[in-house]
Amino acid sequence: MSRSICFYFQVHQPTRLRQYRFFDIGKDSHYYDDFANRTILDRIAAKCYLPMNELLLEQIKKHKGKFRVAFSISGSALEQFDRYAPEVTESFLKLAKTGCVEFLNETYYHSLSSIVSPTEFRHQVLKHREAIEEHFGVTPKAFRNTELVYSDAIGAQVGDMGFTTMLAEGARHIMGWRSPDYVYSCDTRDSLNLLLRNYRLSDDIAFRFSDSNWQEYPLTAEKYLGWLKAADGDVINLFMDYETFGEHQPSSTGIFEFMKALPGVVLKDKEFEFRTPSEVTAAHGSVSPLSAPEAISWADEERDLTAWLGNALQKDAFKKLYDLSEKLSIIDDPVLWTDWGHLQESDHLYYMCTKFFTDGDMHKYFNPYETPFEAFINYMNVLSDFIIRVNEMLETK
Amino acid sequence: MFGWEFPPHIAGGLGTACKGIVEGLAHNGVETIFVMPSASGDEDQSCTRIIDASDVAVASVSRTVDEFINRVKFLYVDSNLVPYVNPDEYFEAIEKMKKDPSLRQTIGFGQKFRFSGKYGANLMEEVSRYAQVGGTIAMQHSDEFDVIHAHDWLTYLAGIAAKELTGKPLVVHVHATSYDRGDEQHIDTRVLDIETRGMMVADRVVTVSDLTRNIVINKYGIDPAKVVTVHNAVDFSGRENLDVERGVKDKVVTFLGRITFQKGPEYFIEAAAKVLKRTKGVRFVMAGSGDMMNRAIMQVARLGISDRFHFTGFLRGADVQRMFAMSDVYIMPSVSEPFGISPLEAMRTNVPSIISKQSGAAEVLKYAFKVDFWDVDAMADDIYALLQYPALSAFASESGFQEVNDLKWNQATAKLKKVYESIITQ
Repeated sequence: MSRSICFYFQVHQPTRLRQYRFFDIGKDSHYYDDFANRTILDRIAAKCYLPMNELLLEQIKKHKGKFRVAFSISGSALEQFDRYAPEVTESFLKLAKTGCVEFLNETYYHSLSSIVSPTEFRHQVLKHREAIEEHFGVTPKAFRNTELVYSDAIGAQVGDMGFTTMLAEGARHIMGWRSPDYVYSCDTRDSLNLLLRNYRLSDDIAFRFSDSNWQEYPLTAEKYLGWLKAADGDVINLFMDYETFGEHQPSSTGIFEFMKALPGVVLKDKEFEFRTPSEVTAAHGSVSPLSAPEAISWADEERDLTAWLGNALQKDAFKKLYDLSEKLSIIDDPVLWTDWGHLQESDHLYYMCTKFFTDGDMHKYFNPYETPFEAFINYMNVLSDFIIRVNEMLETK
Repeated sequence: MFGWEFPPHIAGGLGTACKGIVEGLAHNGVETIFVMPSASGDEDQSCTRIIDASDVAVASVSRTVDEFINRVKFLYVDSNLVPYVNPDEYFEAIEKMKKDPSLRQTIGFGQKFRFSGKYGANLMEEVSRYAQVGGTIAMQHSDEFDVIHAHDWLTYLAGIAAKELTGKPLVVHVHATSYDRGDEQHIDTRVLDIETRGMMVADRVVTVSDLTRNIVINKYGIDPAKVVTVHNAVDFSGRENLDVERGVKDKVVTFLGRITFQKGPEYFIEAAAKVLKRTKGVRFVMAGSGDMMNRAIMQVARLGISDRFHFTGFLRGADVQRMFAMSDVYIMPSVSEPFGISPLEAMRTNVPSIISKQSGAAEVLKYAFKVDFWDVDAMADDIYALLQYPALSAFASESGFQEVNDLKWNQATAKLKKVYESIITQ
């Protein structure tokens, strides 16, 4: 069996909150900054989603199905496409119809429900599966959790839902001496295969590509193929944010030319085949179980949850949010469920992160707030209004 | 009278107090000339004559200049000093000054100096220039006044210069001291020196409360015989209370002010956590900003009460009135507060107030609840009682409203007039 290259791109847009003041609590229950959400989506659609989808479609056609990739598109992003840029959905649908693109299952709201509420987690996975079926006519088979958050306990939940493939981070502290370039299996559920991100090769594209201080700059498809070949193992998992193409790495960096050249260069060399996550697990068996007692993720140097739940602000907000789940199940109101879902988006917690020192640049880039404290105040004001609505509805039940 | 600001353009409470004082003095038949570093022209001059120091050239006679240097010993200012701004603002101001050197002005004799009249990065330099100009103004108008009255350390050097050059008696008015502005380890000694010197040279020191009087006597070593307390008053004329629609049904307990060490924000948060353990139908609001804000937010999150404890950030204008109108209890847990006008504002809006015993306002307000700033249990008890017992809160609200309406500058300035008379006849 030839070696595999597995591309997976994450597509997500948070539902950003408007400036919500104390004086709004109890008076106004529209929480979202529709203007910012629309303008940001329009910009990214024009710079990234549309041109990159077009490029991938061309490459798939050109190489007659031998170039294959996977996407995970959050429900929050799908909602914004439907509302502000239906042409983006259309262009993903064209990719879906080639049969060369796998769509992964994730939590609908890009949430961290997997670490706190098995019920809500399962609910969001199913809701997301339905949304993908409805939009693209395919049923997702492989799973990826928000921010590649994974632990033995999460693996057990995912395995129990019937998945056989799940994506995770090849975090050094759980890999030890082992290479991420093989298929592993979940320590608590043998049936679940794990694909682990090769963070070095992934970040060469996602972060270092345009860095002119990088000694390897500029990166060419030929040079990159050399690195892929030098890595041993069955599969090289290149997982990254889709916004890398055209947004984080603007088109002027030559990122599109690189991605246009890469499939041809790799396929001509014949050592690798492009496979999607489900195809990878079908092609290569697990070499060993992998244990992850503590949750890992793909974020920051620590590769853990501290970007979302590292400080007291984040922990309190998170607890207050999920404390509502019982009341919400009693009320079972669709409007409240939807707002609760959007408030669960992990981005809101990310904005409250106070680890500014090593990963500050990345955090700043994505953060609409000047300080984590502002983010917290605004979020808690919104949540306070939401809690009032929940309690009022509960009284009328 | 030397001041730093005068309504309508004010940064703090000092300008408002000065206006109340000149109006009260006018009522008591005392005429005033009010000198300020930078007037805008739209100040209300019905009760006083305003002289803009930026319009006055420094006298160029060399003998006078020598006297300036000898007698007043002006500090040469080579570094920057900002008493009323937080470190971020300070940093910004310095950066701005580095980029635009024209902001740093030099003065030659026979020249005018354009004062900013703000609390900016080159404040120390302005204070020193203001003293030179102030001395000049005093000489020019020496046959028009009997007493010199200087408000807070910013104007003390001007007061000293005027006294030295005209021989008239000097009153310094202490609205705040260095000991109220920060903890003792972080006191700016240059400010402290000016304060001490002003109080030493002055014929009378007027303090806004007995609390401040004690500080003046004990920390600055001033002879108690010349230190007189004249409590602040407040002018509510023409103020209508707002009718505000409340979004939240719960009771609201409010703290409004700078979130800094001396305002005691952490004691309020602790008391809030205690109240929330006993009752749920209440929300706490901390309105304002300051260098302890982020720490306060962390404390709230750590106590796990962030769904019931809200931060509004800095409030301006009508939002302040709105905040008072939405409140059921007002709290001022200051660690050290020379006077503290905000509970008076709250009570004027019918909001019962809890204030710390370490505030000057506690000396005049009978119908405010008083607790030690560190006694969070007592604070929690009072909050709880005011929320739970309508009879109590109605009584506090009505009596408090009456009480603050009776605090008039006319009475306060009558006392001030007596102070003047005692030194003129000496």
